[in-house]
Formats: sequence, structure tokens, C-alpha cells
Amino acid sequence: MDQTLFQYSLRMGDTTLILSHRLSEWTGHGPELEEDLAMTNVALDLLGQARMWLTLAGELEGASRDEDQLAYLRDAPQYRNYLLVERDNGHYGHTIARQFLFDAWHYLLLQGLCTSTNEHVAAIAEKSIKEVSYHARRSSDILVRLGDGTAESHARMQDAVNDAWRFCGELFIDDDITLALEGQGVVPAHASLWQPWLNHVALTLAEATLTMPDPDAAVHPAHTGGVYGRHTEALGYLLAEMQHLQRSYPGASW
Amino acid sequence: MSQNAWPLWEVFIRSQHGLAHKHVGSLHAPDAEMAVNNARDVYTRRNEGLSIWVVRAADIVASSPDDKQPLFEPANSKVYRHPTFFPMPDEIKHM
Repeated sequence: MDQTLFQYSLRMGDTTLILSHRLSEWTGHGPELEEDLAMTNVALDLLGQARMWLTLAGELEGASRDEDQLAYLRDAPQYRNYLLVERDNGHYGHTIARQFLFDAWHYLLLQGLCTSTNEHVAAIAEKSIKEVSYHARRSSDILVRLGDGTAESHARMQDAVNDAWRFCGELFIDDDITLALEGQGVVPAHASLWQPWLNHVALTLAEATLTMPDPDAAVHPAHTGGVYGRHTEALGYLLAEMQHLQRSYPGASW
Repeated sequence: MSQNAWPLWEVFIRSQHGLAHKHVGSLHAPDAEMAVNNARDVYTRRNEGLSIWVVRAADIVASSPDDKQPLFEPANSKVYRHPTFFPMPDEIKHM
């Protein structure tokens, strides 16, 4: 089996799944009806993408684990998502900061994955990028409004960006998995996304009248390791809730 | 959240095979751009529309219910204005 692509699919599947779950926690709690619906839509988009990645991972693994088993029967140390997406929702500004920083990366990555030499990867990227280009548009839009809003929304938004910043560097780290796949033309080098991401983020933050944190501060060894199963304390709680039903009633379906 | 900051917008959508924009509902948004985004999320998830119009509800002038009689009655009392007296060929259905 293709161990490297299996691992990469898990990373993408877990990342989209965990972020989807986080966003779904807003359902019924959004600041406005329209925001509530939009947030839920984004959560569903990401859930659909997670299903595609995890299904692919299951096929590559060849151990007859399907998307459900991968999603519901693994513990935090087996999860391969980036740390940024497992962070608590916090207030709406925190959620928007996390979403904006993630969307910008996600969009650039999918652009590269659309031309993947692996047809499955290219197909997933093709479908996902339509959704993600909208996610990115929306999160930048709201970030600008909240940053350039009242004194309080500005301060909260700045704080939220600063807070999420140290988890962004991990998205651009290449390791033996990404490098091997890049060699086969399956994925772009993650490091190659750094500059375009930084440019986009700098422009948007400027428009939002926010100060961009120091780029060097985005990478900190203490805030990496999600893709190897080293997570923050937040993920355990998230999985306990997300997996509760399947763990309590194995094989439950309706 | 003060609703002054989030005024009401009316949403009109032309669907994939639609010929005209249809009024589909309303929503609140702080400005036009966000109203379009919100309309996309609230009203076009299941059959992607081709075009969205949003109009501030405050900008719409509606006929008053009190004007119903002067506006529409005269036409109703003049049956010769209604195209109901033409025999239609059988081949033409549902006219």
C-alpha cells in the first residue's frame, strides 16, 4: 500500500473533519441567524471533504477501515490533523481568525492539489476548491469587517489573530511524507505555500486595519506535531463528544 | 445586536433555468456585499442560482392594500379585457 499517501490523506481528512466539528458547535449559537446558517454550511462543506479524504485513506490502507471507523474509532494520538483546527472556538473573533488563516492556506494547497498526478487527489481537490474559494472569501470578508469595526471588535480581532498565529507555521512544514509525495508530483511542497499565504494574509489584515504578527513567530516547536499525533488538550474533549455515540453503541446506524 | 446596524434586505434569485429573478425571502445584513453572501448561504444551497439581487427593504415601494380597489377592480369588472373568450386549439395545453 502507498503508506505516504495514506498518511497524507489522513492529515487532510482529519484536518477537515475536526474543523467541521468545531464549526458545527456554533450551530444555534451564531451571533446572527445568517451567520449561523453560513457557518453550518461551511461545516457541511468541510465534512463532505473529510469523507472523501478518509474514504481514500481507508482504500489506501487496505485494512478494510471505512470513513466511519477512521472518524469514530481512533483516539487523539492516532489523529493527524493540524493543531490550528482543533483549537477551541472561543468568541466569534477567534473562530473567524482561525477560519481565515486556515482558509487562505487551504485554498492555496488545493490549487496545487488540483494538478496532482494522482487522479483521486486531483478529483477531491477539484471538488473542494469550489467550496473553499467561497470559504476564503467569506472569512476574509468578516475579518475585515470585525477588524475595521468598533474599537472593541478591532481589539478582539487583533487578539484573536495573535492567538492563532503560533499554530499557523505547522501548515507549511515539509517532512518525509510531503517531500516524497512532492517528488511524485502528487502534492505541492507545503513550504512553497508560505510566501503566497503571507502576502494574502498581510493584504487582508491591512485592509482590516490589523497588525500582522511577526512571521517568524508563526513556527514554534511547541506548537507543531499534530500530523504525528501530538495534540493540544483540546482534541481529547472534542473527540470524546464527537465519538460518544459510536463508542457507546458500536455499529449504531439510522 | 442592534437591527439598525443590520437592516432588512429583500432577496431575488434567478435559478439555473429561471427566466426572471423571483423574490425568495429576506434577511438581515450590514451591507450589500454581505447581503449577497448571506443570500447565497440562506437561499441557494440546494439549487445553485445563477444570479442574486439584494435590495434594501427600505428602498422598495409597495402598492398599498387600501389602493386595491382603484388599482385592480376596474379590470375585473370589464370581462372583455380578459382573454377568456378565445377558443383554444386542443393541441395547445395548459393555457
